[in-house]
Amino acid sequence: MAIFVDENTRVVVQGITGRDGGFHAREMMAYGTQVVAGVTPGRGGQVFDDKVPVYDTVAEAVREHDANTSVIFVPPFGAAGAICEAADAGCKLIVCITEGVPTLDMVKVMPYIQERGARLIGPNCPGLLAPGIAKLGILPTSIVKEGPVGLVSRSGTLTYEVVYQLTAAGLGQTTCLGIGGDPVIGTTFMDAIMAFNEDPRTEAFVMIGEIGGDAEEKAAAYIKEHVKKPVVSFIAGQTAPPGKRMGHAGAIVSGGSGTAAEKKKALEAAGIPVADRPMDIVPRLQEIWKR
Amino acid sequence: MNIHEYQAKEIFRSFGLPVPGGKVATSVEEAVALAGEQGLPVMVKSQVLTGGRGKAGGVKFCATMEDVKENAEKILGLDIKGHIVRKVLVTPAVDIASEYYIGMLIDRNSKRVLLMASAEGGVEIEQVAKDTPELIFKQTIDPRYGLLDHEALGMGMRLCPDDIRKARQLAAAMQKLYKAFVESDASLAEINPFIFTPDGTGHAIDAKVNLDDNAMFRHPGYEELRDLDEENPAERRAREAKLSFVKLEGNVGCLVNGAGLAMATMDLVKYYGGQPANFLDIGGSSNPEKVVNALEIILSDPEVKAILFNIFGGITRCDDVAKGIIAATGSMDINVPIVVRLTGTNEEEGRALLAETDLVPAATMDEAVQKAIELAG
Repeated sequence: MAIFVDENTRVVVQGITGRDGGFHAREMMAYGTQVVAGVTPGRGGQVFDDKVPVYDTVAEAVREHDANTSVIFVPPFGAAGAICEAADAGCKLIVCITEGVPTLDMVKVMPYIQERGARLIGPNCPGLLAPGIAKLGILPTSIVKEGPVGLVSRSGTLTYEVVYQLTAAGLGQTTCLGIGGDPVIGTTFMDAIMAFNEDPRTEAFVMIGEIGGDAEEKAAAYIKEHVKKPVVSFIAGQTAPPGKRMGHAGAIVSGGSGTAAEKKKALEAAGIPVADRPMDIVPRLQEIWKR
Repeated sequence: MNIHEYQAKEIFRSFGLPVPGGKVATSVEEAVALAGEQGLPVMVKSQVLTGGRGKAGGVKFCATMEDVKENAEKILGLDIKGHIVRKVLVTPAVDIASEYYIGMLIDRNSKRVLLMASAEGGVEIEQVAKDTPELIFKQTIDPRYGLLDHEALGMGMRLCPDDIRKARQLAAAMQKLYKAFVESDASLAEINPFIFTPDGTGHAIDAKVNLDDNAMFRHPGYEELRDLDEENPAERRAREAKLSFVKLEGNVGCLVNGAGLAMATMDLVKYYGGQPANFLDIGGSSNPEKVVNALEIILSDPEVKAILFNIFGGITRCDDVAKGIIAATGSMDINVPIVVRLTGTNEEEGRALLAETDLVPAATMDEAVQKAIELAG
């Protein structure tokens, strides 16, 4: 088992005829993910790589192939519309990889998808990879391994770095999840932590945070109250100057809040070890995890 | 993108907010002429993209033309937290009977626009939030309906419980501010203070707006609002090259793929006793042109004594990344050592390619950071 995906995950890729969408659709299929259809308006009737039928709309793809999940690789100006389209067509899990989506577009999207009972991951995220089950997004499959650790992160390549170290230490993963670096995102740390906490196969998990907002603090409070599984954290951006956006739209210390120091303090106060370096994450986890 | 007060006021005015007139001057003569046009008394206000202008002596009341001349002379060229004043706003001074704060921002937790208002106007709202949070009233705004009449009036009446006329003016200002926020794709919009004159008329006498960089494609006209003088030259170049870059004070130049890993790399440089010279996310591709741009930007800083590449290959093959870095560095005249850490698919092939060059290969992030600090001296 993993969080948010299983053997019945049937994927439609929005933007499959684009460069990134096509490349990553192939990678997902190579990993065994059931990519049942693609969507690009105006390209309906084409067949992607002689395997995957392409439709003009998500509704057609869902109707013809029973898709329940969408992975979105469309440009920023069309991303919010694509998310709404997927939710309206009945997709219950929507992963939006697109970077650079206007924040107010996401504000408008949220009630729309909530009314339709869809879960959104992202935008501006690497998606999700459940080793041995499915890959929804762009995480590299070469670094993962099946096992008992969950991982949730606001970052992309920093996530890969940590997954790589987990795998090298022989600790496989149930699910590696990148929730994205934007201020307004669908699935939050809190959602992921609740899911990991309930997932019987996840025995311990890692949370990779960064500067900006207070999602890490909120997660810390929840973990302290409700989570018995071992959790270790890391916070990126201790050296980030205030008022500057560090690449991710959401990674900014503003008005003196959202600093790495504050987050570290809140996590430690909740009994969650915070690694000083990425390479300390695995040893810190091994310290508190008596298997 | 942060914009100046006078630009924010233009936006507010176009949405019907009551903003006093005013124009921008870049010289003392111009400021005096504008004061003459508008009639005394006036405020002369420095236009720089930082807070604390008043405390730094960058905002002055002028009762006479002599005052205007003297204050404009003092303020133009003033250094406020490293920002040099090049423009002043000359605007009619109004009598203030009471001051309020009205602000909107994106609230990450509710995933909505949050309206905040307080009768503690005219002071730093961060301080009010810290010391007396109960004096700040909040209302999240449902994007499907906007700021509804009863919500706005409710907020107005909390600020002005005994004066329905003022409460209504505040409510109207909040609704106009929401419209301005949404239609300009702001990430922050503040009126601090919104004031009432002794006769009970409301004015937005200060304005602050941050615009969402991700929404600029919807507002091509806003590109003109960018103040190039306020931008560090290296940061400007990076923006033009579509690279995410922040200048810092250290001597280890960092080129990293991914924002989170780039932050973690800076932190690690600090951890080992070094100082990062910058944040730079080179993104997913390693095409030589992008690497050349990034290197030129970093090397424009004479403090940089070593360069550190930290690339987690992921799906991109490390031998391709190595070829890109070798092609880029080979085409340039670089006098500082370059440490390259490559991990991911085909990493050994990548490192083998690097071993044939002057580039210093490293297997892990920690090894790379330590080597770079050592080479930077």
